[in-house]
Amino acid sequence: MYMLKLIFRNAFRHKLRTCLTILGITIAILAFGILRTLVNAWYSGVEASSSARLITRNAISLVFSLPLSYKEKIRGIPGVKNVSYAIWFNGTYISEKNFIPNFAIDPKTFLELYPEYTLPEDQKVAFFRDRMAAVAGRKVAERFSWKIGDTIPLKGTNFPGTWNFILRGIYHGAEKSTDETQLFFHWDYLNESLKKTTPNRADQVGIYIIGITNPNLAPEVSEAVDKTFKNSLAETMTETEKAFQLSFVSMTEAIVTVIQLVSFMVIIIIIAVVANTMVMTARERIGEYAIMKTLGFGGWHLAILIFGESLFITMVGCTLGILLTFPSAKIFGAKIGAYFPVFHVSTNTIFLDIGAAILVSLIAAIFPTWHAVKIRVAEGLRRIG
Amino acid sequence: MKDTKQPIVEIRNLSKSYHRGAEIIPVLENISFDIPEGEFLALMGPSGSGKSTLLNLIAGIDKADSGTIQVSGLDITSLTETDLTRWRAVNVGFIFQFYNLIPVLTAFENVELPLLLTWLSRKERWEHVEAALHMVNLADRMDHYPGQLSGGQQQRVAIARAIVTDPTILVADEPTGDLDRTSAEDILGLMAILNREFGKTIIMVTHDPHAAEKAHIIRRLEKGILNVHA
Ligand SMILES: Nc1ncnc2c1ncn2[C@@H]1O[C@H](COP(=O)(O)OP(=O)(O)OP(=O)(O)O)[C@@H](O)[C@H]1O
Ligand SMILES: [Mg+2]
Repeated sequence: MYMLKLIFRNAFRHKLRTCLTILGITIAILAFGILRTLVNAWYSGVEASSSARLITRNAISLVFSLPLSYKEKIRGIPGVKNVSYAIWFNGTYISEKNFIPNFAIDPKTFLELYPEYTLPEDQKVAFFRDRMAAVAGRKVAERFSWKIGDTIPLKGTNFPGTWNFILRGIYHGAEKSTDETQLFFHWDYLNESLKKTTPNRADQVGIYIIGITNPNLAPEVSEAVDKTFKNSLAETMTETEKAFQLSFVSMTEAIVTVIQLVSFMVIIIIIAVVANTMVMTARERIGEYAIMKTLGFGGWHLAILIFGESLFITMVGCTLGILLTFPSAKIFGAKIGAYFPVFHVSTNTIFLDIGAAILVSLIAAIFPTWHAVKIRVAEGLRRIG
Repeated sequence: MKDTKQPIVEIRNLSKSYHRGAEIIPVLENISFDIPEGEFLALMGPSGSGKSTLLNLIAGIDKADSGTIQVSGLDITSLTETDLTRWRAVNVGFIFQFYNLIPVLTAFENVELPLLLTWLSRKERWEHVEAALHMVNLADRMDHYPGQLSGGQQQRVAIARAIVTDPTILVADEPTGDLDRTSAEDILGLMAILNREFGKTIIMVTHDPHAAEKAHIIRRLEKGILNVHA
C-alpha cells in the first residue's frame, strides 16, 4: 500500500514530463495496435478459411475455367461431402472506385458450404426462388445504403453488358472474421445469358468448393480430385481453402513484412523514450535512494519503486492507447473497408499491446535500477549536500 | 559514575583513505577510541578533516580500509553489505544536515518509512509514528509535506524518523548546520532530551561551538588524527 502510494506520487512529481511520456506511449500503442490490426486484416481471408473446405481450380491458372461436368465426378470421390462452384464475376458497381467482390454461385450448395454467411430464413427462400436475386454482406449493404428489393446494376468486365440484380437478402457474418463485403448471385442467371450470347463460355465455373467429411482427409481428397482430371482438357489443382487464400496474400507479403517491421520499430522507439524518462527520474532521486538505503532499505525495495513507476506510467499509456485503438480502427476500417473486408481489433492484438507495454516498462527500468542499487550510500548522501 | 559505563562503540586502529585515480588521499589514520553507552559526543574539526567519514563508518554506511568497529560487542566491519543494511535499520538513527526527507511523503509518512522494514502492524506503526511526532512537538503537522515546513520543523521530522525505530545510537552530521540560532537551539535541546531522558547514545558532527557545548565530550579531528577534549 505504502509503496504503491510512493510509486504513484513519484510518477507525478514531474507532471509535464510524465504526461508527455504517457502521451508518447499512448500514441505508440495506438500505432502498434492499428498496424497489427492491418496485418491481421491482410490475413483475414486466411483466418476465416475453413479446414473442411477445399478449392479446386484450373491447374494452369485461376483465369481459366473448369467444365460444369466435373461436379458430379468430384461428388463421387470418397471423402467428399458436398460440392459447390463459383465464378468471380468482377462486375463494377457504378464506378471503379466502388470495389465489391462479386461472385456467381450455386445458391443452395454454396450456402450449405458457407454456414458463416447467415441469412434469415425468409430472405434465403426469396434468394433461392428468384433467378435475378442477389444477396450482399451487411457491410456493403450499409456502405451503399441498399435495401431489400433494390435493384443493383453491375457493369460486367469479364462478362460484357450491364447486369441488374435484385437484392433479396443481406447476410451477416457468424464470426468477427467473416467477410461481410461480398455480393453473390445465381450462377444460372449468368449461364443462361452466356448460352445465348457466347455459348462457348457457358457451362463453365471458375472454382469448385469441396466440403470434406473430415479435415484430416484434405491431402488425400485433393490428390484424388486432381488425379481424376489428369490428362483431361482442363487439369485441376486442388488445395485447402487456407492455402488458396494464402496464395493471394503471399503476392503482397513484402508489404506485410514492412508493416510488421514498422510496428516493432514503434515499440523500440518508445522503449528509448520511456528509458530516457526513467533514467532522468532515477538520476534526480539518487539522493533519496541513498537515504532509503541508509534507513535500511535494500536493492529490492528500490527496484520495486523504479520498476513500479515505469510499469505504472507505461500501463496508463497502454490503457489509453488501447481505448483509442477501437474508435481509430473503426474510422480506419470505414475508410479502407473496401480493401479490408475485416478490420477489427482482435483480442490477440490487445494482448500484444499489453505484452509490448510490459516489455517497454521492464527494459526502461533496468538501467536506472541497476544504477540505484549499485550506488554506495556514503557517495549518494554526499551528492545531496 | 560515568566511568562505570560500558563502551557501546569501540574503535580500534581504524584507517580509511580515498583513491582519486592513482592518488591516495588518507583521511583517517589509525584511530582508536571508545564511546560509552548513553554518551553525547561532539566531533569537531576543520573542514575536510574526516568527521563525516568517521561518522559514516561508525553508522555502517561506509567501509573502512583496516581496523575494527565494535558496536554493542558486534564487529560491524566484518558484516556483509546486506547484514550491515539490516543492522543499520535496527540500531542506528540518522539525522542529516539537510534533513533528507522524501518530498512526496507527508511528515507522518516520512516518519513511518523506517517502520516498513519491521513487522509492526498498521495500527502499531501509527502509534509509534504519533508518539515520535509528539515527542518532537509536531503532532499537529503530520499531514504536511516537507515543502510546507520550515527548516527547523523538517529537522524535527527527521529526528522523529530517526527515533521511531528506537535505535540505540543516533548519528547526526551537522544537524544544525542549515538552521538559524533559535531553530538550532530547539534541535539541540531535543537531542539533549533524547540523550538524557531516553538514554540514546548520540554522536554529533558539528562546526558550531554552541552546539558542541550541549555535548558531554568533544573530540577533535585534525587531519585524521584524534584529540580528546573533555
Ligand atoms: N568519495 C570521495 N572521494 C575522494 N575523496 C573524498 C571522498 N569523500 C571524502 N573525500 C575526502 O576526504 C576528506 C574528508 O572528508 P569528510 O567529508 O569526512 O570531511 P569533513 O570533516 O566531514 O568535512 P566538512 O566539515 O567539510 O563536512 C576530504 O578531504 C574529502 O575531500
Ligand atoms: Mg562533513
